[in-house]
Amino acid sequence: MKLTLKVWRQKNAQDKGHFDTFKVEAHEHMSFLEMMDVLNESLIAEGKEPVAFEHDCREGICGTCNMVINGRPHGPMQGTTTCQIHMRHYNDGDTIVIEPWRAKAFPVIKDLVVDRTAFDRIIQSGGYISINTGQAQDANAIPIEKDTAARAMDAAECIGCGACVAACPNASAMLFTSAKVSHLALMPQGRVEHSRRVQAMIKQMDEEGFGMCSNVGACEAECPKEISIDNIARMNRSYVASVLASEKAV
Amino acid sequence: MTVQPDRNVSKDLKPQINLDDKVPEGALDEKWTKYRSTMNLVAPNNKRRIEIIVVGTGLAGASAAATLGELGYNVKAFTFHDSPRRAHSIAAQGGINAAKNYQNDGDSVYRLFYDTIKGGDYRSREANVHRLAEVSRNIIDQAVAQGVPFAREYGGLLANRSFGGVQVSRTFYARGQTGQQLLLGAYQSLSRQISLGNVTMYNRHEMLDLVVIKGKARGIITRNLLNGKIERHAAHCVVLATGGYGNVFYLSTNAMNSNVTAAWRAVRRGALMANPSFTQIHPTCIPQSGEYQSKLTLMSESLRNDGRVWVPKTKEDAIAIREGRKTALDIAEEDRDYYLERRYPAFGNLVPRDVASRAAKVECDKGHGIVPTGLGVFLDFASAIQRYGKSEAHSQGHHDPDPALVTRLGEGVIKEKYGNLFQMYEKISGENPYKMPMKIYPAVHYTMGGLWVDYNLETNVPGLFALGEANFSDHGANRLGASALMQGLADGYFVIPYTIGQFLSGEIRTPWISPDEPEFAEAENATRERLEKLMSIKGSQSVESFHRRLGKIIWEYCGMSRNAEGLQKAREMVRELREEFWRDVFIPGDLNDYNPEVEKAGRVADFLELGETMILDALDRDESCGGHFREEYQTEEGEALRRDKEFAYVAAWEWDSEEPQVHKEQLTFENVELKTRSYK
Repeated sequence: MKLTLKVWRQKNAQDKGHFDTFKVEAHEHMSFLEMMDVLNESLIAEGKEPVAFEHDCREGICGTCNMVINGRPHGPMQGTTTCQIHMRHYNDGDTIVIEPWRAKAFPVIKDLVVDRTAFDRIIQSGGYISINTGQAQDANAIPIEKDTAARAMDAAECIGCGACVAACPNASAMLFTSAKVSHLALMPQGRVEHSRRVQAMIKQMDEEGFGMCSNVGACEAECPKEISIDNIARMNRSYVASVLASEKAV
Repeated sequence: MTVQPDRNVSKDLKPQINLDDKVPEGALDEKWTKYRSTMNLVAPNNKRRIEIIVVGTGLAGASAAATLGELGYNVKAFTFHDSPRRAHSIAAQGGINAAKNYQNDGDSVYRLFYDTIKGGDYRSREANVHRLAEVSRNIIDQAVAQGVPFAREYGGLLANRSFGGVQVSRTFYARGQTGQQLLLGAYQSLSRQISLGNVTMYNRHEMLDLVVIKGKARGIITRNLLNGKIERHAAHCVVLATGGYGNVFYLSTNAMNSNVTAAWRAVRRGALMANPSFTQIHPTCIPQSGEYQSKLTLMSESLRNDGRVWVPKTKEDAIAIREGRKTALDIAEEDRDYYLERRYPAFGNLVPRDVASRAAKVECDKGHGIVPTGLGVFLDFASAIQRYGKSEAHSQGHHDPDPALVTRLGEGVIKEKYGNLFQMYEKISGENPYKMPMKIYPAVHYTMGGLWVDYNLETNVPGLFALGEANFSDHGANRLGASALMQGLADGYFVIPYTIGQFLSGEIRTPWISPDEPEFAEAENATRERLEKLMSIKGSQSVESFHRRLGKIIWEYCGMSRNAEGLQKAREMVRELREEFWRDVFIPGDLNDYNPEVEKAGRVADFLELGETMILDALDRDESCGGHFREEYQTEEGEALRRDKEFAYVAAWEWDSEEPQVHKEQLTFENVELKTRSYK
């Protein structure tokens, strides 16, 4: 199939950026990123600089790949990362527009590559259980109801790709942050420092320049792991409760 | 232990390096406990004055960096990824082994030890493997305390499943994302240490050289991948946890950026590469569909708990399927060859990976493959769906359920167990695996070989340690399923935090290492010159094209089966390709910029050297064992034929661009009897 690609090019964070148009010949069995490989190999053959994009596992789990395809983070398929899209979902003659995540807290590094270290700093602010290696009791000493463990797992499946931020008109990181808060809060091990955690993580999220949540729901719709927006409600409840309960608000 | 004289030694070669395994004295099950209680310690006030570099932040690196930070050392952690959470450990699906015996099915530390030694075809060190089995139990406790949401039973306790090569259920799992959840646990612990200031994190920094001062590893040279800046980082010692080298094959289940560079740069500075030809070909991956393919995708081994592997009994049926005239559903039960169940009745579909992979190759070589390339077999869940469906219907009170209900309920059970894997398969293949058997074929997945280390996980370069897949220590010639996560975390959480003290206790009077030492300047210049040389070639072929060609040679001649003639030919081919690479590679863009092509070029250059070493290792080992199958050495039934008298050694390779040299560590087995592996 013959495709026309309109790809965002930007030298660095300071550059204004523009679209370049390319023609590419793809095969329906190819993955989307293999189609991008073909484009880049042809650019290299012409002595030109390839399009910078990030990718690693190409199995939908590492959270590295990040393309806004025809206006949708990770493209048209429900619950699918960019790397898991295959070209059989496109038709001969299609034009595909490819852009990076766009958010103030995710500055562009080059072309489609953005800096997502803000997510690391949110985790560093409290997205963990404070135990040292060797302090643990026997694993079966803490029974956890099967469905509760499954709900924690539902939240823990987040891959930290940032599609929720890219999808949100406010570039809010509430889905990412609440997924980690929920995962840990749902398990008895994580409940101990829950109040402190939720306040610290929300504070860090705000400091990074992510926007507010206005219940649009685009994050849930575009999340490649289909993380539920219920997590945001759970975090909001916890946050309010913890602020009211704590003697000194953070 | 004693070092055997090299049978190929010619006089002008350098002397054998004495590979002291430093295994402590005593009974097997007391070695670690005693050693741990008597080894040298570093006092808290001294830990604060000592710096440690950890390269790589996957399971082994993140767990080591976090734990060393908790102990009070000053840790600098490096990853080439944008975040430690991206490391390829995240892609591990099926589970992690531990000798908890929660299922009361006869598991024990000894049994896990024995299964691992046997699964590795008796080419690993007894003491290391026993220690691994001992600490496996602590890993599960640690992970649960961190909040890893393992699968649970209705009673609230942890669930287990089985993996290949064992007859107990000792595998803990979090759906099909066990690696992800364990990595996030380690990442979160690491994040906590970063926030406390005990660990300084360097994202997007790639290690390009090791700095050795007066014989000790004292630092690394890195390239900042954002701007190309070459930097010096000094410390009292260096820990490499940089994963395996499966991407030497180009097509593998490894992430695109996984590479051997950090380990290989250490080899170039004198570390030894042990058993590089021991690579694992995983039996259940999605078959290749075309030349443009960039990587292969694994379908977890856990699927073999419930999936049955088969090909059509007749070639005619196989051809009809390949040509699209028939599907799997058109083949009657009696016309199917469940060849693993036929050949290995005791273990059936759960034979170890090397055995299952070779068996698939045998069937496809005979012409029974079922995908257009001829390289694929079926993995069928129909009988499991029926079995689970009936049991589920029964528990719901339907004692004579209609078939549609059974199928629906059975699919539900399968979905709960493997839902995300089935979804992934469908996305890639476009076929519904609940209705149509999966099509699978073996693919490169893991490398048992790696940097040579002693019992302390220290390489032959003092102060240089290697953890996880980057070392060679625990899996012999074949790794059992769900043991990679176990080893990475054992090394990082429970071994290196102790054993590193053996080296560092001698360094408490060593002041901060200065990056202004001449050795740093030399290494920095060498790194810069090499990069500039790569850029200056300005040839006509892309890095990717060289990588593809290298992968094809290695897969063809040093893959699932090998022979001396092919290996000799392959060695020449790789040497020629390396020469062509350094003459004709083209790297676009600028060195002092974000430039993935520069990164790839350096990595492929290293793969071109490693590849030759792998071939030499496979050539040196005139026997078949585990994943290393030399066609000249097989039983009448086509099983691997080991030669314990001659080859029960670790082959540790010293790099030399003309003639790499092998050094040998003899393996001694005091606790297990060397037997021919049988899974029949």
